[in-house]
Amino acid sequence: MNASVFFQQLINGMSLGSLYALLAIGYTMVYGILRFINFAHSDIFMVGAYFAFFSIVIFRIPWPIAAILSIGLTALVGMAIDRVAYRPVRDAPRISALITAVGVSSFLENLGLVTVGARPKAFESPSFMSKLFHIGDAAITGVAIWVPVITLGFLIVMMYIVYKTKVGMAMRAVSTDIDATRLMGVDVDKVISYTFALGSALAAVGGILWACKYPKISPLMGVYPGWKAFTAAVVGGIGSIPGAMIGGFIIGLIEVMTVAISPGLSGYRDGVIFLVLVIFLLLRPTGILGETLKEKV
Amino acid sequence: MSDKSRKTFLMIIFLCVLFILVWVSDKFLDEYTMRVIRTGLIYIIAAISYNLINGIAGQFSLGPNGFMALGGYMVALLMLPLEQKKFVWFLKPLIWPFNSFSFTKAFFPLAIFFGGMAGALGALVVGFPTLRLRGDYLAIATFGFSQIIIVLANNLISVTNGALGIKGVPEYANIYWCLAWAIITVLFTTNLANSSYGRAMKSIRDDEIAAESMGISIFKHKLLAFVVSGFFAGVSGGLMTSLITTISPSLFSFTMTFNLLIIIVLGGLGSITGSVITAFAFAILSELLRFVESPINLGPIYIPGIAGMRMLVFSFLLVVLMIFYRRGIFGEKELSWDWVLSRFGSKNHQGVKVCPGKTEHF
Repeated sequence: MNASVFFQQLINGMSLGSLYALLAIGYTMVYGILRFINFAHSDIFMVGAYFAFFSIVIFRIPWPIAAILSIGLTALVGMAIDRVAYRPVRDAPRISALITAVGVSSFLENLGLVTVGARPKAFESPSFMSKLFHIGDAAITGVAIWVPVITLGFLIVMMYIVYKTKVGMAMRAVSTDIDATRLMGVDVDKVISYTFALGSALAAVGGILWACKYPKISPLMGVYPGWKAFTAAVVGGIGSIPGAMIGGFIIGLIEVMTVAISPGLSGYRDGVIFLVLVIFLLLRPTGILGETLKEKV
Repeated sequence: MSDKSRKTFLMIIFLCVLFILVWVSDKFLDEYTMRVIRTGLIYIIAAISYNLINGIAGQFSLGPNGFMALGGYMVALLMLPLEQKKFVWFLKPLIWPFNSFSFTKAFFPLAIFFGGMAGALGALVVGFPTLRLRGDYLAIATFGFSQIIIVLANNLISVTNGALGIKGVPEYANIYWCLAWAIITVLFTTNLANSSYGRAMKSIRDDEIAAESMGISIFKHKLLAFVVSGFFAGVSGGLMTSLITTISPSLFSFTMTFNLLIIIVLGGLGSITGSVITAFAFAILSELLRFVESPINLGPIYIPGIAGMRMLVFSFLLVVLMIFYRRGIFGEKELSWDWVLSRFGSKNHQGVKVCPGKTEHF
């Protein structure tokens, strides 16, 4: 592998990794607050891509408006799922919440299969995404450069909301101690609702960018990215937002580099990620940036 | 007659009646109905094994389809006749130990046992790194593992024949073998659940910290439940492969896990009786509900068949059950001889004994 191919793969890995990072933040935020894995998050990602598909390809809404519209609608879907399915089981045993999440995930996937069909749909990405750049010998598509740039922009906005605004402060408080936060007069349900909205909006951004990168969308498109993004959240340290970003980039780079270094392994690229998950769970279950959670009795 | 010998006596009578019933139905019912009954029995094994880890030990696993696939491939590799093996692996030759022998009909139960061991080994590999940690990691690791099994099944062509699958596995899983393995699973799991190990598992489910402070080794009991569950999942996968005589990576997809989840939640998480009844009912219902996905033609009204409709209904049902009817049909209770006797039996056996730690009765 010469330098220019390596550089090209590095950019590819970064752009794939930033998509994982966008998804991983949703997992990590919900886990940090509610201590449960939102299995439906990968399907919210799919829903976001479909909203964009319908508004651009079917209704012919101009790109920027369509993107904002689908991000907003996806955020509403995330809030609705929390309100309808997760809030009633919040005080139930943890396994009930997990089963509900699996049910919601399967519901969204099959709703997709029933309403839009299993056949993948072709997605139209804007022209600046498909432009080819030449840096030295390496040829890089616009997508590979724009995806990390757009992702970084959204991550900065996200960090601002979580660390600088009042809602963000409430979110961090809820994730530290939900009962104490309630006693301080914070409307916990509302904060959780905002968390779902924020996570779902980022998942929608991820879904739209994913559809630009791989312009074929189907109702099951979220399953593998979702699982890898969760692995990224674990690798970065679950509950930590910067950790989710670092984890996303690591997982993206590992996936791209495995195939680049030995193309014979391309069939096993998902298996390699599983290996990474197991190694991290064995050696450092709290992840790179995670802190050890002590359970209080 | 003492209480214990009375129950043993009733159990033996019950098994005899069951055997006669099966014998009679094998003689008089048609092939299709018997097939549904066999599928029902295999679902019972799979559901009980899944309920052991989810309901009794309280650890959320999403991997039974992976363990079933392991068992299924093991049985297919062991049972496929040698000439059929040459015929199936035409892309790449089969790897060494399996290309030199194949089991005869007499060794079928042994093959199923090896299928179970494959499932148990898979469970050990996943359980060892993840069960030390908080419960949630198990869900995601088992989910990943079952996906990886399918990835491997698609790519390891010299073992699994890739996406083409293995055809021509002999159909030895007759009604008697299915029934025998179902009875073994029910008795083994019931006895395990009522033993000191089972009580430890239930205490972990109810409160992990309290259980640990009582000196229970959490990791050991979780791993035990998970490995036993993997074993019976492997057994059910092996039987299912032999029943439908072919195996391919799409047979044990995530849909299988989802169906099992519906079964154990509806029957009651932690109730073996509940799993038996709902698993059997599920096998029958999913045959009856086939019409939902096929086109319906009512004279002037024509409704085209919609693929995925059944799963949509099932997932909706699962969420509604979790919100409104979390305990399922049986809750954590079991249908036991004590309950039957107190209802229909002699006068001196009224009243319901509830001993701490023992199975509660109605």
